[in-house]
Parts: sequence; C-alpha cells; structure tokens
Amino acid sequence: MSAAVTESTALAPIADIASLRGDFPALQQRVNGHPLAYLDSAASSQCPQAVIDAIVQQQSLDHANVHRGVHRLSERATLAYESARERVRDYINAASEREIVFTRGTTESINLVASSLGGRLLSSGDEVLITWMEHHSNIVPWQMLCEHVGARLVPVPISDAGELDLEDFDRLLTDRTRIVAFGHVSNALGTVNPARELIAKAHAAGAVVVVDGAQAMPHTRIDVRDLDCDFYAFSGHKMFGPTGIGVLYGKERLLDTMPPWQGGGEMILTVDFDKTTFNALPYRFEAGTPNITGAVGLGAAVDYLSRIDFAALAAHEAALLEHATERVAEIEGLRIIGTAAEKASVLSFVIDDIHAHDVGTIVDGAGVAVRTGHHCAMPVMDRFGVPATARASFALYNNEDDVDQLIVGLRQAVELFR
Amino acid sequence: MNELQELYREVILDHNRQPRNFGAIDDADRVIDGVNPLCGDRMTLYLKLDGKTVRDVRFRGSGCAISVASSSLMTERIKGASIDETMDLFAMVHDMLTSDADEPPDALEKLVALAGVREYPSRVKCASLAWHALRAALTGAEHEVSTE
Repeated sequence: MSAAVTESTALAPIADIASLRGDFPALQQRVNGHPLAYLDSAASSQCPQAVIDAIVQQQSLDHANVHRGVHRLSERATLAYESARERVRDYINAASEREIVFTRGTTESINLVASSLGGRLLSSGDEVLITWMEHHSNIVPWQMLCEHVGARLVPVPISDAGELDLEDFDRLLTDRTRIVAFGHVSNALGTVNPARELIAKAHAAGAVVVVDGAQAMPHTRIDVRDLDCDFYAFSGHKMFGPTGIGVLYGKERLLDTMPPWQGGGEMILTVDFDKTTFNALPYRFEAGTPNITGAVGLGAAVDYLSRIDFAALAAHEAALLEHATERVAEIEGLRIIGTAAEKASVLSFVIDDIHAHDVGTIVDGAGVAVRTGHHCAMPVMDRFGVPATARASFALYNNEDDVDQLIVGLRQAVELFR
Repeated sequence: MNELQELYREVILDHNRQPRNFGAIDDADRVIDGVNPLCGDRMTLYLKLDGKTVRDVRFRGSGCAISVASSSLMTERIKGASIDETMDLFAMVHDMLTSDADEPPDALEKLVALAGVREYPSRVKCASLAWHALRAALTGAEHEVSTE
C-alpha cells in the first residue's frame, strides 16, 4: 500500500480538472429522468472510485481490530489505519502523527477541544470569540462550555456581504478572550475568512485558536504549520471521503496538556481499580475501536487530492461560481445571500415568494441536488432576515452543464409559482 | 413534471398565495407554536373554542408552500367543526400523508389536495406541522410541538 502511495504522489499534478468527473460513479446516474447535477457537495461530497475501492478492499480482506491482535489481519488493519494517519499528517503538513486525532467528524473534533481543553483554559468572566457565520457545530459546543464555567460567548458581527468586520474582531478580541474559534470557509455563505491574519491576531492576544476547516478542505490545500492554528478540525465526507470519519489536528504541546475526554479501550496503558494510566498521543483521544474503514477511506481521499493541481482547481471553481452567479441573475426575484469578495464555490440564494424547500423539491425534479434550509447556521439566516436559503455548492467534478441544469430547474419553480 | 404537479396542485398554490385565516386571535383559548427543525419553519396556531366546537381558528408564521397551504386548508376545514370531528380529520390526514392506502377517504374533501406529499417523504413534515400543532392544542398537553 505504501509503495502505491509513493508512486501516485510522484506523478505530475492533474491540472485538467474536467477530466476528474469520470472518477465519480455517483455522477454517472440519472435522477428523475435527468442526468444528476449534484450541487450539494458542501453538505457531502461524492467519493471517487479510488476511495470506494479502498473501502471495499479494507472491508473485504483486512477487516480486523487495530492495535490489538498479533494475527495477520489485525496487523494489516493497523498498518492501513496508521498509514492513513501518516498520509493525513503529510497532506496538511503537521509536524507529527501524534498531532492527528481521528474523530467522527468536525463536530466531534470541536467538541473534543471544548470539553478537554475548554474547562482548563476558561474560568468565570473569560470569553470565547466566535463569528456570526459559524455552523452550529462551532457555536453550540462553546455555548455549552461557557454556560458550564460561567464564561461569555462573543460573536463577531458580519457585514451585508457576509464578511467578517476586522475592526469588530479587533475590538472584541480582549484580554479576557481565551479561545478564538472560527470557520475557515462559511458553509452557508461561502465566505473565505482571512485565517492566517485572524490566527496571528488571536495569538497576539494570548488566545488559543480553533479553526473549523470542514468547508475549506475540498477547495484548498491546507498547511497547518503555515497557518499556525492551534487546532484544525475537518470531516472526511466533505473532502471526497466517507462519512463518520474526521480529524482533529492539534499542536502537540497543547494536546499534551489535555486530559482524555472519553474513557475506554485504546486510550489507556494500564488499568487497575485504583488508577488508570493513559496512552500516548494521539491514542489518548481515541477511546474504543475507531472507524478503521473510514480512516482508510479518508486516506484514499487524501491520496486522490494529493494528485490535484490546486491552482487549476481554484481556477475551475472560480469559473463555475462566476458562471453560476451570472446565470442565476436571469431568474426573476432571485437574491444571492453571501457576496464576499473572497468566496468559495458556494451560492446561497432566495427567490421572492418561493420558499427554499419548494425550490429544492422542484429542482430535484429536474435532476438537480441542492441543499435547502438554514444550513445549521440559524444566526446567519437571522442576520439576513430569511427563514432559509437554497444553496448550490460546486466541487471539482462539477461543470457548466450542472449550472445550466440548475437554471432550468429554477425557471420551472418560478413558472409554477407565478 | 407529473409528480411535481401532483404535489403542487392548484389548490395548494392558491392557498399558499392567499392563506385563509391568517393572523392571530387576541382572545384565543389555546395558542400553540409548531416548529419544523428540518427547515426552521415556525407557525403559531390560535384556537377559540365554544364548548366542544372550534368556533374560530387562525394561524401565523412562515413556511414553504406545502406547510402554508396545509395550515390554511386545515383552518378552513375545522372552523365550526366539533373537536371530535377535528380529531378524526387529524387521523385521516395523518394516514393519507404517511400510509400507502390507495385512495384517501372522501370525507377529506378538499384536503385530498395534500395527497401528493406522500411521494415526497422529506416533505411530509411540512404538511403535518399544522396538524400536529392542532392536536397538541386540543389535547392541551404542550406549549410547543415539533415534527421531529
């Protein structure tokens, strides 16, 4: 397996992004009589065949528990699991595999930090700084923590374009701020936050920084050491891997000070009824049998992404977003929510007198999958005074035909509700 | 478009455009909030009772066409009906939305317009929100109902 990895990373990066669509079997199907136009990758991206193959291989031949057995299958499973960890480490340029904790996903990663580090870092009167554009998974864990210790949750406001106001950020970042938590890319608006700048400011104020990277991973190559974040959380299923697996990257010197947050097998060295000694990093945070197959799938997704020319991908996604932004302007009564200058390929919108759920159902009839609702970001909906939006999100496998198919669906919606 | 036209029948579109009995009742006997966590839609149902009869009913809130039309059709139908009839209607509507029964009963009259929702499992909650709120209001058990 490791030989194959070396070989694939040695190949020239793939700049022909359009050629990648054929790698995704889900996109070859028809839905409601139309070719599938899958525009919901910000919720869950599709898996390329290479990821599916890796999962099938793991389940077919190497299914066993890790770090326990001395038999061959257990050794192969352990090797595959740890190799996935090493590839994730390499991909995000973490200093050590001890900094890569496998979790169920971004939500669990953030909860891990909030519950293990939060209580030690925060006391009554302290503050956790977040932003108005956070996903609920980067609000609720901090809110629960703040309530528990008597700290205050402070959201930084956003502009009408959906951008963070840096002056507000500076003003609200005080000597009481212990933790700064923000999304690298907003799931509801597409806004790309100036992560490196925010991290530097937060560090200057003495705060620990947690970045929700779920929406950034499928669009950019992340370098955690370049960002200098303390924690970076992401999910496999938003970066062409399976669901149920994610990562918490944490700086080793911080993870080292953190107590386990769940107890059980795997996270211990010795147990007797008087005392348990805990395992080393990262195992201390991986109680119980992990999602081994999920990790293997994520490893394969990382291999897949490693081969892509990210400059070409950025150009591909920017062109798609531009095309989509232009074309939706043809739809009467449509308003885009989230018009940040720095924006990922996410297009959230509302149409006068047609609820987002009706839009979603009608475009589904045209074979188009979009997300509708509050996108687990109710404060964003409140900020823009809408109950819900429809959201088309574009990934590496989308093309202009998908956008055009969306426009056909939207026209049908307007027609029906006229 | 066939299933879609079945879902968005003219009656539904009409009640969405011009919801009947929309607004509050200031001296309502029962007021209940309904919430659909899937989409964050909220509605408030107001009931004025007269013994065992629904004398007046109104609703407020925002939602998709299916949920607004369902609320509107419901209020239109139950105004003046007895509480027993209303509970029977709840059961019939619930069956129509969730079971595979061939034909909805004639007693539903105009409410059969909601039958197309059955083909869209993710939208059943939109159609049933008002009805769950109604049942909770009449049984008097809760202050807020959820379709979850």
